[in-house]
Amino acid sequence: MRYLPHTDEDIHEMLQVIGLSSLNDLFTVIPKDCRSMKELNLPGPLTEWELNDHMDNLAKKMAVPPEYKIFLGAGSYNHYIPEAVRQLIGRSEFYTAYTPYQPEISQGTLQGIYEYQSLVTMLLGMDVANASMYDGASALAEALLMAIRITKRRKVAISSLIHPFYRQVVKTYLTAPGYEVIELPFQQNGTTDLSDINSLEEFAAVAIQSPNFFGCIEDLKSHGEKIHADQKTLFVTVFSEPLAYGLIKTPGSLGADIVCGEGQSLGIPQSFGGPGLGIFASKVKYLRSMPGRLVGQTKDKEGKRGFVLTLATREQHIRREKATSNICSNQGLCALTMAMYLAFTGGGGLRELSALNHDKAEYLKKGLMDVGAVIPFDTPTFNEFVVKFPPDYKITYNRLLKKKIVAGISISSFYPELADHYLLCATETNSREDMDAFIQEVKP
Amino acid sequence: MKEHLATTGLSLNEPLLWEKAKKGRSGFSMPTRDVDTFPIDSHFLGDIPELPDLSELDVVRHYTRLSQWNYGVDSGMYPLGSCTMKYNPKVNERQASLHGFTLSHPMLPSELSQGILTMMFHLERYLSEITGLPAVTLQPAAGAQGELTGMMIVKAFHKYSGSERKKILIPDTAHGTNPASSAICGFTPIPVKSNEQGILSVERVELVMDEDVAGIMITNPNTLGLFEENIRKISDIVHSKGGLVYVDGANMNAVMGIVNMGDVGVDIMHLNLHKTFSTPHGGGGPGSGPVCVAEKLEPFLPVPRIVEKDGSYFLSQDFENSIGKLHAFYGNAGVLIKAYSYIISMGSMLKKASQLAVLNANYLKEKLKDTFYLPYDRTCMHECVFSDKLQEKYRVTTLDIAKRLMDYGFHPPTVYFPLVIHGAIMVEPTESESRETLDLFVEACRSIADEASQNPKVLFEAPIIPRSRRMNETEAARHPYLAR
Amino acid sequence: MKEISELKLPEDIRYSDDHEWARQEGDLIRMGISDYAQDQLGDIIFVELPEIGKKFEKGEECGTVESVKTVSEIYMPVSGEIQATNQNLAEHPEMVNNEPYTGGWMIQIRPNDLGEMDLLMKKDAYLTMLKG
Repeated sequence: MRYLPHTDEDIHEMLQVIGLSSLNDLFTVIPKDCRSMKELNLPGPLTEWELNDHMDNLAKKMAVPPEYKIFLGAGSYNHYIPEAVRQLIGRSEFYTAYTPYQPEISQGTLQGIYEYQSLVTMLLGMDVANASMYDGASALAEALLMAIRITKRRKVAISSLIHPFYRQVVKTYLTAPGYEVIELPFQQNGTTDLSDINSLEEFAAVAIQSPNFFGCIEDLKSHGEKIHADQKTLFVTVFSEPLAYGLIKTPGSLGADIVCGEGQSLGIPQSFGGPGLGIFASKVKYLRSMPGRLVGQTKDKEGKRGFVLTLATREQHIRREKATSNICSNQGLCALTMAMYLAFTGGGGLRELSALNHDKAEYLKKGLMDVGAVIPFDTPTFNEFVVKFPPDYKITYNRLLKKKIVAGISISSFYPELADHYLLCATETNSREDMDAFIQEVKP
Repeated sequence: MKEHLATTGLSLNEPLLWEKAKKGRSGFSMPTRDVDTFPIDSHFLGDIPELPDLSELDVVRHYTRLSQWNYGVDSGMYPLGSCTMKYNPKVNERQASLHGFTLSHPMLPSELSQGILTMMFHLERYLSEITGLPAVTLQPAAGAQGELTGMMIVKAFHKYSGSERKKILIPDTAHGTNPASSAICGFTPIPVKSNEQGILSVERVELVMDEDVAGIMITNPNTLGLFEENIRKISDIVHSKGGLVYVDGANMNAVMGIVNMGDVGVDIMHLNLHKTFSTPHGGGGPGSGPVCVAEKLEPFLPVPRIVEKDGSYFLSQDFENSIGKLHAFYGNAGVLIKAYSYIISMGSMLKKASQLAVLNANYLKEKLKDTFYLPYDRTCMHECVFSDKLQEKYRVTTLDIAKRLMDYGFHPPTVYFPLVIHGAIMVEPTESESRETLDLFVEACRSIADEASQNPKVLFEAPIIPRSRRMNETEAARHPYLAR
Repeated sequence: MKEISELKLPEDIRYSDDHEWARQEGDLIRMGISDYAQDQLGDIIFVELPEIGKKFEKGEECGTVESVKTVSEIYMPVSGEIQATNQNLAEHPEMVNNEPYTGGWMIQIRPNDLGEMDLLMKKDAYLTMLKG
């Protein structure tokens, strides 16, 4: 087997050095009643040829572009990944490297992550960012736990327009240690309703997603002002589509204390939902309470600039049960991928790409309105929007599916009061031609 | 004169992205616009992001140079204890890059995602076979998240049975994620000291086990590279008082096909796919930490679960006692594909991999035990722990030894962990390393031990060959400089 | 790290078995960590101090001292109320390493009972403890 270099001769000689006669002898320290009696019942071993065939067959059983025209976002977005990004991140010095605990031979990873942290602060208008969390959902959960640690309060409020899966994750993380999670309703215009929130002094944080699950851009400034009426409550914002921030105002400029979200859109393949990238940033005054790894700039003993993991005393391997989080491995390679992607787009490029995405979705939206679809929420959107179709749309949806068009997703399972409402998405990868074809199919 | 592994070479300096940027440059190919512009409300319109602008070649050279400052498994041996830095097969990268997988949306109807769902369902079965525990979740995105999942399941199980227990027993050799994960769940970690043989003793567990203890978190083999020989009896004691046995499977590479965890009384364990199952470490992730459980804990697994019906696979939320969800979608699918590919490429040869990993570790133990102090001179599993005790008299520390190893072309082993050994040096070669590489490593260690006694200054100055010398970590921590 | 004979251990103060020192100044007690403690911890990067006005019992955890590689708790040498804390340590945590008994002081306490000072070790007893 090509992954195992030992010849029979090697094994024999090495056993001699150890003073044993067979490989089985190595395991006599394991009590007999702990040793497995049977062989592993697994398929294979497959040759490289067989493996390739097997995996190609599995990959064929997936509905993906260009064969399928998919108009769906909801937390996973199809954006083109430049070939240069693919090739650079494929360099094995990046992906076969370990966590950079030995900085002298990990400066590539360390400078790369330092740049990632900086780009995140620039994109979101915040002071500091960590080296990443697992995904947008766990980043949000950790942000709320951080707010709870800082304020010493036990309640948080989250908008019901945060992605339903993220809310599910938040509840899982917060109920275990016994904290309370309240959901804020939404208004007629498709944004969060904060009017009913009284006794803010009980809340560690209030979390709002923008653009929210309906694709609507929230008025973060006004939300922030309401929330900061209590001096201690933290304003947490979250996102699932960071490309929006190439176009709209940053959460940092609108008063956010902690910003978190999903970075998949920026150079990371969708891959059925993972691996993703949990982006996490906050104001500098909360730095010591921040979870996750941090890369800092320093000098080596010859005065040369270098980078190193720092403030590790917050983390599990030192603080153990008093750590700011239990996180160890993060999403290092994905963070580096995002930095590469943004390095290629630059500021001007990101703006152009973001505006194009906005316009593609607007085109689809207007096109659907022209054929009678109802847009129930009167708030500007980015990339995604909700459409209210007639009650028989399910038939159209299934007919479109047979034509290999995925016409969004029904949201009534998440919002029972919104029957016949569908969430649609168009990115720079959906052509005008495809959108026109879709609109034609939907025309009554 | 024999050539050393490490040598000097042409290494290029490279500034930060914004130091070489020039406004107006671009490295991105914008698609042709085929729709009109739709202006956005000025209330929402932000400024153009202040990201650095670079040309395509600027960025390509930037990251190429950065990569050349790094050391990866592909460069050389990484004997990091408890990390299992084995070879990352290239063919697995090919599988994860197939368009059918990379372009797949997680919220399509199940019928349109049969490829990945089939893979995930079977991966669950294979991990179940390897661990001997019947039910599996692939959702946790890393080992630590797997531990958190495990702790939540333990909590849910007791709540469901009507007893709200507050304590978790954790050996003093445990990895920091163990107490951290249990604390996040609201448990109080109770430390249990290992005995003089470096393993848990039945008596000490019995002393602290009571009906307020929800369970015990054991790493097996433990972080000293020793098999927890008393695990069966310990499981019995814990079970007798209604507790659960959690195993941290980070060291599974020593016992695949050799120990069936389900049989020895384990109720729940997590695996690290980026360790035992060859998926790349990525410079700090992404990893994957599936959790395998005994039948009585199956109802509590996170949702959605993959169910099979008439030969097709579906995602189901229909489990009312589930602890909930930990990942936005279903886990790190891109990582799962690589582990799956590895498992079917190896088949029952996984056992051989474990045997050879243990062979390599014991070989190093024998060859180095006169060079570095070996606290436990017995057959080890896939890793062994040394210390700097023999070098103390020269004022040379574990840190110095680690730094000097880089000058010899090796990534240092894990240092200062586990905490129970002062100045610990934890060496795990993995089965990927050939005897020749191991011999080179032994030679380097012996040379360093000689330098310690004859010329320690060269150790205090190490490393001298890599791009950077030792970093001023104090300054980095006193005055954190974390972004531009 | 220093040899025991190299450690600075002033005569006119008391020591706890957690390596804190306490000096009586009028009816207040000033405290910090000993030269042994700072030497063991290494370069101090951060000191977390309690809020003014908070009350603690003798032996209760009242703060933390962080070095690059580790964190250590600080415990009250006597019971009392926090009167003042050394704000200088926020910008200059290295004072704990350089001047553990003067510029690196941490907390000033209004003690409940000055008699509790007698329960702490004098220099010779502390030195014996370090050697043992």
